[in-house]
Amino acid sequence: MRKTVIAAVLAAAFGAGGSALAADKSVEVVHWWTSGGEAAALKVLKDDMEKKGYAWKDSPVAGGGGDQARTVLRARVAAGNPPDAMQMLGFIIQDYAEEGLLGDLTPVASKEGWDKVVPQPIQRFSKYNGRWVAAPVNIHRTNWIWANKKIFDQLKLAPPKTFAELVAMSDKIRKAGYIPLAHGGQPWQEATIFDSAVLSAGGPAFYRKAMIELDESALGSKTMEQAFGQMQKLRGMVDPNFPNRDWNLATAMVINGKAAMQIMGDWAKGEFLKAGKKPGVDFLCFQYPATEGSFTFNTDQFAMFKVGKEQEQGQLALASAIMDKSFQEAFNLAKGSIPARIDVSDAKFDACGKKSMADLKVAMKNNSMLGSFAHGHAVRESVKGAMIDVVTKAFNSGIPPAEATRQLVAAVKAAK
Amino acid sequence: MAAGRTPSMPGARRWLQRNLPKIVLSPTVAASLVFVYGFIAWTTLLSFTRSKTIPNFDLVGFLQYVRVWEHPRWQVAIHNLFAFGTLYIGLCLAIGLLLAILLDQRIRLEGALRAVYLYPMALSFIVTGTAWKWMLNPGLGLEKLVQGWGWTGFTFDWIVNEDMAIYTVVIAGVWQASGFVMAMFLAGLRGIDDEILKAASMDGASAPRIYLRIVLPMLRPIFVSAVVILAHLAIKSYELVVALTGGGPGYATELPSTFMYVHTFTRNELGMGAASAVMMLLTVAAIMVPYLYSEMRSAHRPAH
Amino acid sequence: MASAAWESPQMVKGRGSRLSRAVIYGLLGFFAFVYLLPLVVMLLTSFKPLAEIYAGNMVALPRQWTVEPWVKAWEEVCVGLLCRGIKGYFWISVKMTFFAVLISTAVGAVNGYVLTKWRFRGANLLFGFLLFGCFIPFQIVLIPMAAVLGKMGLASSTTGLVLVHVVYGLAFTTLYFRNYYAVFPDELIKAAMIDGARFWSIFFRILLPNSGPIIAVTVIWQFTNIWNDFLFGASFSTGESAPMTVALNNVVNTSTGEREYNVHMAAAMIAALPTLMVYVFGGRYFLRGLMAGSVKG
Repeated sequence: MRKTVIAAVLAAAFGAGGSALAADKSVEVVHWWTSGGEAAALKVLKDDMEKKGYAWKDSPVAGGGGDQARTVLRARVAAGNPPDAMQMLGFIIQDYAEEGLLGDLTPVASKEGWDKVVPQPIQRFSKYNGRWVAAPVNIHRTNWIWANKKIFDQLKLAPPKTFAELVAMSDKIRKAGYIPLAHGGQPWQEATIFDSAVLSAGGPAFYRKAMIELDESALGSKTMEQAFGQMQKLRGMVDPNFPNRDWNLATAMVINGKAAMQIMGDWAKGEFLKAGKKPGVDFLCFQYPATEGSFTFNTDQFAMFKVGKEQEQGQLALASAIMDKSFQEAFNLAKGSIPARIDVSDAKFDACGKKSMADLKVAMKNNSMLGSFAHGHAVRESVKGAMIDVVTKAFNSGIPPAEATRQLVAAVKAAK
Repeated sequence: MAAGRTPSMPGARRWLQRNLPKIVLSPTVAASLVFVYGFIAWTTLLSFTRSKTIPNFDLVGFLQYVRVWEHPRWQVAIHNLFAFGTLYIGLCLAIGLLLAILLDQRIRLEGALRAVYLYPMALSFIVTGTAWKWMLNPGLGLEKLVQGWGWTGFTFDWIVNEDMAIYTVVIAGVWQASGFVMAMFLAGLRGIDDEILKAASMDGASAPRIYLRIVLPMLRPIFVSAVVILAHLAIKSYELVVALTGGGPGYATELPSTFMYVHTFTRNELGMGAASAVMMLLTVAAIMVPYLYSEMRSAHRPAH
Repeated sequence: MASAAWESPQMVKGRGSRLSRAVIYGLLGFFAFVYLLPLVVMLLTSFKPLAEIYAGNMVALPRQWTVEPWVKAWEEVCVGLLCRGIKGYFWISVKMTFFAVLISTAVGAVNGYVLTKWRFRGANLLFGFLLFGCFIPFQIVLIPMAAVLGKMGLASSTTGLVLVHVVYGLAFTTLYFRNYYAVFPDELIKAAMIDGARFWSIFFRILLPNSGPIIAVTVIWQFTNIWNDFLFGASFSTGESAPMTVALNNVVNTSTGEREYNVHMAAAMIAALPTLMVYVFGGRYFLRGLMAGSVKG
C-alpha cells in the first residue's frame, strides 16, 4: 500500500515536471538587436519569459538594419522551418501575413483587450484581415533632433523653429569648431532624415499624399523639390567621414561633444541613457524644424509564425509578455521609445519620453500620426527601396533638387 | 583506357563491373542535375514571371530584364563590374606573376615569403573587409597614420569618396587573391623544362626576352586557369563589398551580386532578382565555355 | 617531370649581379610589408586596451599589452543576447567543416578516378557538365536549396549544412582530382589489372597512396571555402547551432556606442586561425600539389 502511495506521489511530482519538460518550453526568436542598448532592452523580455518558464532561444543575425536577418528568414520560410517569432517592421508583416505564414494571436489579444489600447495606425500593421498577427513592443518617432546641451549653451542656441534657423545655427556651430550634424552614411539613415525633410517642407497632409498614397503630382511637386533642397543643405552640415558610419557611432559623436546634433529616431536616446546622460541636463531633444505636432512613427513588432501546436503556447505567452504593461514600461525605458499601449503611465519616463507620449495623443486626434517612410510604415518594400535609392544618391552625389524629384517620380513608377 | 575485361565472371557481376564507373559517378551527376541545373532552370523561369514577394507564375516575357537594365543601380553595378573585374583580374595576374618570378630566383626564405603572400587567401571575406575597412578609414587608419608621421597633407579617403570607393574593393580583393595566383604561377614556372631555357640563354638571349618569348607562352594554361578562378571570385564578391563599404557611399560600390541580393531578399522583387541572376550566370558562362573547351581539348593531348 | 627550380637566366649566365639581387629582394620585401600590414594591424589592435586604439595610430605597439580582448572574444563577448563568447560556434564550425571536407574530397577523388581511368563515351562532356557547378553564385541557390532541405527534414541542422557544402564542393574537388589523375601514368594501372586488380583495388592500392599532394590541395581549398562561408551558414542554422562566421558577423556588427575594435580583431583572428594554420603549414604540400599537374590546363 505504501509503495503505491509513494509511487503515486513520485509520479505526480515527476510526471507533472516530466510533461512540462516533454513540451520543450522554449521560444525561438530571430532579431537583429545586437548593439548594446538594444540587446539590453531585449534582455528584459528574455528574463520575463524565463520567469514564465520558457527558455529563450536567441537567433540574432546582425547587419544591414535587418537585411541579413530577413534573408535568413526567407531561407527558413522556404525550408518550412520558420522561427517562433521574428522582429519585423511595418509592411513586411503584411507581406508575410498575405502569404498565410503568420499565426493567430486573437485568443490572447481579445482576452487582454489589445484593440482598445493600441493606436489604430499601429494596429493597421499588427493585424491582417482583422486577426492579430504580431505584437508591437514600442512606438518610435523619427522626426527628432538630438543635441549636445553644452555646445548649445556655449553658443547660446535654441531649438530652431524653421529650417532657415537650422542652417544659420549650423554655420555658427561650424565656426566654433564643432561638426554641426553627426550623420551615418547608410541609406536607411538618409531616408530617416528624408522623413523629416518632407514633413517639414509640406506638412502632414502633403506627407500623406506623397509618401503614403504615392500621388504622382505630390511626388513631383515643388514642395518635394524643397524637401530635396533641405537634404542638400543638410549634406553641407556633416563631416567628410560619414559614409557607412553606424548610427550609434554618430550618436556617440554628439554624446562626446564632437558634434552638435543628430537627426535620428528616438532609439538614439537609448544610447544617451546608456552613457549616463540626462535629458535637459546633458542633451536636448526637440522636433525637426516645422514638424512639431506631427508624429512619424515606426514600431518594432514581433510577428508570430504558424508553427506546430507545441510551440503555439510559447508564442501566445511571448505575445502576452510583450503586451504586458510593466514590460512595455521597462523595455521602452531602456530603448528610448514609448510603449505601444497608450494606457501605460508616463511617470517613469524622462522629459523626452513624456513629450513623445503626449505628442502621440495629440497627433492621433489630429490625424497627423504618420507611418515612417524610411522604416517601412508608409509603402511596401519594393517601392520604398526604389525611393531610398534616389534619396541616398541625391544626398551623396549632390543631385539638384529638380532632377532628384524627377528621378523620384520615375523610380516610384518603375517599382509599382 | 577501356573498361576492365573480366572474362570469367557471371553476367550480373560482369554488368556491375562494366557499369561500376557510371554508377559511382551517378550521385554526383544527380546532385549536379538537381542542385545546379535544376535551380538555374527555376531561377530562369522566375525571371520571366511577375514574382514579387513569393514566386508566382504569371509569365511576362522580358519585362523583368527591362526593369533591371533601366534601374540606375544596375548601371552602376555593371560599370563597377567592369572596372573592378578588369583591375582585379589584371592586377592579380600581374602581381602574382611578378611575385612568382621573383620567388623563383633562388631566394632565401622562399618558404616564409610564400606563406606571407599566400595567407590572405585563408581569411574570409568578412575578416578581409573588416580589416581593410578599418585601415582605410580616414579617421583611424592609414590617413591618420601617415599624417601622424608628419605628412599632414596626406589624404587617403577613397573609401568615403563616391568615385573612388570601388577601387578600395579592388585593393582589398587583390591583396587577398594575388598570393594564390602567385602559387599557381610558381608551380608552373617550376614545371618548365630546364633544357629549353638553358638552350635559349646559351644562344645569347637576354633574360627579359627569355621570359617574354619562352616562359610566358608556356604558362598559358595557367593564365587561363587563373583567369577562370579570379572571374569566379570577382562575380561572387558579395561579402567583400558588404563588409568593406556596405555598398556605399550611397550605392557607389554596387555590383551585380549585391544588386541581385538586395532585390531578391530585401526588396521583395524576386523577378528582378532572378533576371539579374540569370545575367550574372550568362556572364560566367561566357568565360567558362572557352575554359571548358580548352579542358576538353587537353584530354586529347598525350599525358606526360 | 621537370626538376625543381630551373636555373633562371641570371644564374645560367653567371651574372647574378648584386644590383639585380638587391632589386629582387627589395621588391619582395616591399610586397611582404604590404601583405603583412593588415595582419600586423589586426594583431596589434587585438592586444591593446580600447583607449589606446582611439588615441594612437594603428601600427603603434601597445603601450599596455593585454590579453583581455582575446579572453573576452572566446568566452564572454555577446552574440545577440547570449554572452558566452564565440567558442561554442567555433566547435560547431570545426565539426561541420571536418565532415564536409572529408566527404566532398572522398567523392571528388573517386569521380576524378572514374573520369580519367574508366573513360566511357561522353566522359569529357560529363566532366564539362559537372564543372559548371564551380561557378554558381550561392545567393542564386539559397531559396530553392532551403526548400529542398526543408522537404528532406534537414532544415537548420548541421547535417543539412554539411550536405549543402558537399554538394557545392563536388565540382571543385572533382576538377582537382581529375586533372591530377589525368597525368598519372597508365602503365602502373595496366600492370595492376594484368595482376587481376579491379575497380576499387586499383583506386585504393595504387592511386590513393600516390595522391598526397592533390589531397592537400583539395583539402586546403575546401577547408578554406567551407570554414569561411557565411551565407549558407546563416541561412541554414539557428541561433545556437550557427557556425562561427555567423557569430563573428554578429560580434563585428555590434557596437555599444564605441566599437570594441580590440575584441573584434581578436574574434576575427580566432576565426581565421584554423585556415591560417592550414595554409601556413600546408603551403609546401599545396605547391607540390599544384605542380603535380593539377593546374596545367
